[in-house]
Amino acid sequence: MVNLNTDIAGLHFENPVIPASGTFGFGEDFAPLWDLNRVGGIAVKGTTLEPRYGNPLPRIAECEGGMLNCVGLQNPGIEKVLSEKLPALRSVYKGVILLNISGFSEQEYLSCCEMASQSPDVDAIELNVSCPNVHGGGMAFGTDAKALGLLVAKLRPVCTKPLFVKLSPNVTDIVAVAKAAEEGGADGLVLINTLLGMRININTRKPILSNTTGGLSGDCIFPIALRMVYQVSNACSVPVIGCGGVSSGEQAVEMMMAGARAVQVGSASLRDPWACPRIAQEIADVCIKLKINSISDIWQKTL
Amino acid sequence: MVNETLTILSNESLARDVRMMRLACALVPEPGQFLQVSVPGGFLRRPFGVADYRDGVLSIIYKIVGKGTEYMSRMQPGQALDVLHYLGNGFRLQPGSKRVCLIGGSVGLAPLLYLARFVKDATVVMGFRSRADVMLREEFEALGCRVTVCTEDGSEGVKGFVTDALPEDMDYYYACGPMPMLRAVCNAAKVEGQLSLEARMGCGFGACVGCSIMTKDGTARVCKEGPVFSSDKLIW
Ligand SMILES: Cc1cc2nc3c(=O)[nH]c(=O)nc-3n(C[C@H](O)[C@H](O)[C@H](O)COP(=O)(O)OP(=O)(O)OC[C@H]3O[C@@H](n4cnc5c(N)ncnc54)[C@H](O)[C@@H]3O)c2cc1C
Ligand SMILES: Cc1cc2nc3c(=O)[nH]c(=O)nc-3n(C[C@H](O)[C@H](O)[C@H](O)COP(=O)(O)O)c2cc1C
Ligand code: FES
Repeated sequence: MVNLNTDIAGLHFENPVIPASGTFGFGEDFAPLWDLNRVGGIAVKGTTLEPRYGNPLPRIAECEGGMLNCVGLQNPGIEKVLSEKLPALRSVYKGVILLNISGFSEQEYLSCCEMASQSPDVDAIELNVSCPNVHGGGMAFGTDAKALGLLVAKLRPVCTKPLFVKLSPNVTDIVAVAKAAEEGGADGLVLINTLLGMRININTRKPILSNTTGGLSGDCIFPIALRMVYQVSNACSVPVIGCGGVSSGEQAVEMMMAGARAVQVGSASLRDPWACPRIAQEIADVCIKLKINSISDIWQKTL
Repeated sequence: MVNETLTILSNESLARDVRMMRLACALVPEPGQFLQVSVPGGFLRRPFGVADYRDGVLSIIYKIVGKGTEYMSRMQPGQALDVLHYLGNGFRLQPGSKRVCLIGGSVGLAPLLYLARFVKDATVVMGFRSRADVMLREEFEALGCRVTVCTEDGSEGVKGFVTDALPEDMDYYYACGPMPMLRAVCNAAKVEGQLSLEARMGCGFGACVGCSIMTKDGTARVCKEGPVFSSDKLIW
């Protein structure tokens, strides 16, 4: 038996697979398909202080080996998330619930962190400072190391749960932003969010997405995510969770060899709703093949 | 929802750039539901409405518009197709209505063909670009429907759009086709109906809200609360 347990920032994960925010809702669409307890954690849909409809359609485009989205943080608002969505998830799920929070101002992030800290159904907060699809939104914080450091330092004291910061890859120096988040007091880092991309319909000469640009995810971003996880886990001492283009157990193991303590799986679940439990099983199979007894042996051996 | 690989029984041309694929399938769909098809080289699955189901044979009708449908058109009987099914809410049958009209543009007729099995004495108004695109007339007539064909260039049937040929006395309708057609039908019809919408989909089963629209009841996912919506709930 391979030991898949992993402890990150004081939280215990039964296995290192975590559905990524925005690709899993609040679990409702997956719970009828498989026992949610087969994944170590769940990062729920990005939540804001007020309810948001998001961007008009079309919000989805495809590309070679991936997809683009400009959903624009559609969500019912944090009150409803805390009073309805998370209790419903908690009633069927014992693992780690990460509440993904976005904001348009420091005050909004503060209010959300305060409210989330009161909830028994939130195990950790995942700060989304990297959404590329909303104007004046989180990404402004995520691409400016100084602003991010200050924001995290403001939130850290009001946040009674482990605080993860999810980084944007849309920067020239990922290590600088990661270090700023760490110095601000982040308990862990999640990387990466989507890369800013675009598609044009050549028949109409118009962008396919309503927002012109959108966030690129899927297989094609895996090497970028892997490189960033590697750079950041070598430069920072807080734990790193890898995310971006993971769709198999082998890729998950590769991500952990780059330094990640766990992996988030996003777009892969959209084409294969059983992707997360399958990847968890595949990780165990790969470990047996590579004669690895415990997944902590993977990330502890730095490259 | 299940993920299955279905065996292709046939894959034949119906009209210009349109094919009908028949698949062996034990699960019985509701009219108006759809499936998500995986194509090699495509990252996302492709949604297609159920065009017919009878005696363990599921049919879809698809237009070749891009790389996924191009690939499907080259598939042979005996090959396997990976699908997620069945998805969406489907049409809700209106037992009170007597003079029902099925309104479809081109491949939008697909879900209406299966629906026609459940609706008695329907009138079908079908819209196409031109004569080379006309299809499914005999199939609807075989189910007891009266059929009016419209072509934009007048090369067959009524010259114009489906809205130029809506029966005066219809008391309910079901429509499927491109969004501009659906909007025109909704505006032209004096009675209520149900419309099957199209949206680019990330997942097809509710997870990504990539297909979410605003309705009079709030947000709704085309793939989950839809694809069929009552005309009085839509905001154009
Ligand atoms: C609920 C629903 C039911 C549908 N039923 C049918 C049907 O019965 N017959 C039929 O011919 N077509 C149907 N369509 C449209 C069909 O899904 C697209 O024509 C198809 O996805 C095109 O794939 P492609 O790879 O050939 O095109 P590409 O342009 O190469 O596809 C690129 C991406 O865009 C998406 N896309 C492109 N056009 C559309 C479109 N019109 N609607 C949604 N996504 C699109 C594709 O799924 C893919 O993700 C339906 C769409 C929806 C939403
Ligand atoms: C449709 C969609 C919606 C997303 N919504 C969010 C969100 O609300 N908050 C967030 O932090 N990331 C969001 N993401 C980003 C993913 O969580 C993930 O970081 C990214 O997709 C890269 O991983 P992947 O390649 O495995 O999909 C979204 C991604 C997709 C495809
Ligand atoms: S396509 Fe993902 S929610 Fe509808």
